[in-house]
Amino acid sequence: MKERILDVRGLNVGYGLGDDAVRAVRDVDLTLHKGEVLGLAGESGSGKSTLAYGMTRLLPPPGVVTGGEVLYHLEDGSSVDLLRLPDADLRRLRWSEIAIVFQGAINSLNPVQRISTQLVDVLKAHSPRTPHRLRQDRARELLTLVGIATDRLHSYPHQLSGGMRQRVMIAMALALQPRVVIMDEPTTALDVVVQRQILRTLVDLRERLGFSVVFITHDLSLLVEFSDRIAIMYAGRVVEEAQSADLYRTPLHPYSDGLLRSFPALKGPRRDLAGIPGSPPDLRTMPTGCAFHPRCPRALDVCDSQTPALGQSRQNRSVACWLHPVAVP
Amino acid sequence: MTAEAAPAVSGTVSSEIVLEADGLTKHFPVSKPFARTKKAVRAVEGVSFQLRKASVTALVGESGSGKSTVARLLAQLYPLTSGEIRLHGANVAVRGGLTRGRKFRAYCRRVQMIFQDPFASLNPVHTIRYHLTRALTIHGNRGDDLESSLADLLTRVHLTPAERYLDRYPHELSGGQRQRVAIARALAASPEVLLADEPVSMLDVSIRLGVLNLLRDLKERLHLSILYITHDIASARYFADETIVMYAGQIVEGGDSETVTQRPAHPYTQLLIESAPDPDRPAVEDKDGGFGEPPSLIEPPPGCRFHPRCPHALDVCRTDVPPRFELGDGHFAACWLYGDHGDHGNHGEREAS
Repeated sequence: MKERILDVRGLNVGYGLGDDAVRAVRDVDLTLHKGEVLGLAGESGSGKSTLAYGMTRLLPPPGVVTGGEVLYHLEDGSSVDLLRLPDADLRRLRWSEIAIVFQGAINSLNPVQRISTQLVDVLKAHSPRTPHRLRQDRARELLTLVGIATDRLHSYPHQLSGGMRQRVMIAMALALQPRVVIMDEPTTALDVVVQRQILRTLVDLRERLGFSVVFITHDLSLLVEFSDRIAIMYAGRVVEEAQSADLYRTPLHPYSDGLLRSFPALKGPRRDLAGIPGSPPDLRTMPTGCAFHPRCPRALDVCDSQTPALGQSRQNRSVACWLHPVAVP
Repeated sequence: MTAEAAPAVSGTVSSEIVLEADGLTKHFPVSKPFARTKKAVRAVEGVSFQLRKASVTALVGESGSGKSTVARLLAQLYPLTSGEIRLHGANVAVRGGLTRGRKFRAYCRRVQMIFQDPFASLNPVHTIRYHLTRALTIHGNRGDDLESSLADLLTRVHLTPAERYLDRYPHELSGGQRQRVAIARALAASPEVLLADEPVSMLDVSIRLGVLNLLRDLKERLHLSILYITHDIASARYFADETIVMYAGQIVEGGDSETVTQRPAHPYTQLLIESAPDPDRPAVEDKDGGFGEPPSLIEPPPGCRFHPRCPHALDVCRTDVPPRFELGDGHFAACWLYGDHGDHGNHGEREAS
């Protein structure tokens, strides 16, 4: 069994309080192992970004974490609950242990500062006593790591192309050698060619540096290729979790199946695809029972009254669906 | 289960050309006032293609390749720098700025555009009824009974029952429903040509196919010719009869969708197809050629614009712009590898791979 690095248990995240609250993430359990790429897939509004921000306590109000725990296992074997950690400790942990590459990273660089300043800032904040020269060297090293020529160190963000800016963001995330990197749609704004270059760089770096990645995206076909394990979210819940290859070959949840059938293939026979009828539910007026049942082609009677739980069905796979009843432990 | 045999590229592609672009060129000036040298972004250069009746033509390219500019030029939202647009053989390029008057209105009655973002293309303070009534009135398609015309439009885009949607505001609809309303609005002019600028890229993955299938259905029932602009070459294969690939403002390859995606001839198309996510491929499979980025369009490279990134670049590529070389069955590529200068060994290698 691989070493666990991050354990999310029963996480609930909502927006707003009281009766108007929207429950964006419901009872999510997730485990990240050392050195693996965990893909988090879902449509917009499925709660995948909320989950990532909720578990790192980065969610701006009105977002509130309403329950659960996020256990982070430190290198020395002890573990801390990120949700209950004092602010000062959390601040030390962030970026040096868990780094995040945000959605639309292209806009997250400061346009009026050179990238050298922005890279060095991180190093300065976490180790204020290192000499300036060493920090500059480290910044140069980081750029080389992600495949940018070091003479671009003093460029402004607008002088770089979209792909290069994204690489700078990855370099910044890796600056303090974190053990976990959370990437929120890191390549959606990029073209396929550049996207592939960057993902290849990322996979390379992970093998060399041995960090774990939580990769959030709506593009399931990308995840199947690049991640080790995939968790699929629908309406705030994880509905299926499996090894990428298993998920691709035999999706158990009808939603995963529909999602995989929504991508036209570039190779093989041309087929008529239908996508999934209907549209994702409004989180304020959720259907009873399984949230997917109004769109599900294989819905049973039980689906509209009882919510299926995510459980191990067989061969190390979890699915929340009445078609695959949970094995009694 | 759902994998029925596809109505492959329909054998009955009519040859009637509806809209024809001939040497479309658009330069956007970027020089500062009083500057001595006049600079321009050469966004689109010498783009020619035809849209046929009851057929879908896909225009594929990366962002910045000029594909949306082509759509806007065809809709005559931008004036042309040079080139001609012909509708049924007659030149229809409209002169003049914003007050383009009757000729422009007559043109856009026949050529309608659908935009990428259904959240921005509908006015948030008006109901669906208002949007559609206005389109019907402007284009003189109100008919005797407005209610039935409206219901008819919504039924065409599969928003039924119509009464449920007519008095809603855009924010009450989902993205897919909004895009359907935008399509209904375009249909209100009863056009012959639809220019769809990334119609599904803002929609959720699970509802994209629904909208594409709707457009295909409309193509067949109303004999529309559709220009489908996309960056996703897999969806072009799925949806379009013909596919044209653009790179840095120029067309590099074109032909039957199946041929272009299965036997790509131009090195850029090959790169594009290799880069598309493919679940059947093992994770880290290193392929060469995936380097570099599109060039600046202010000073594009001389010769073929792809040569700095091309793994097969020849000497001639650096100096001369390649013309179109026919490869049979309407498939063409603008690449010297297929010309007389070309090294035919490379050609053979492509067929083998």
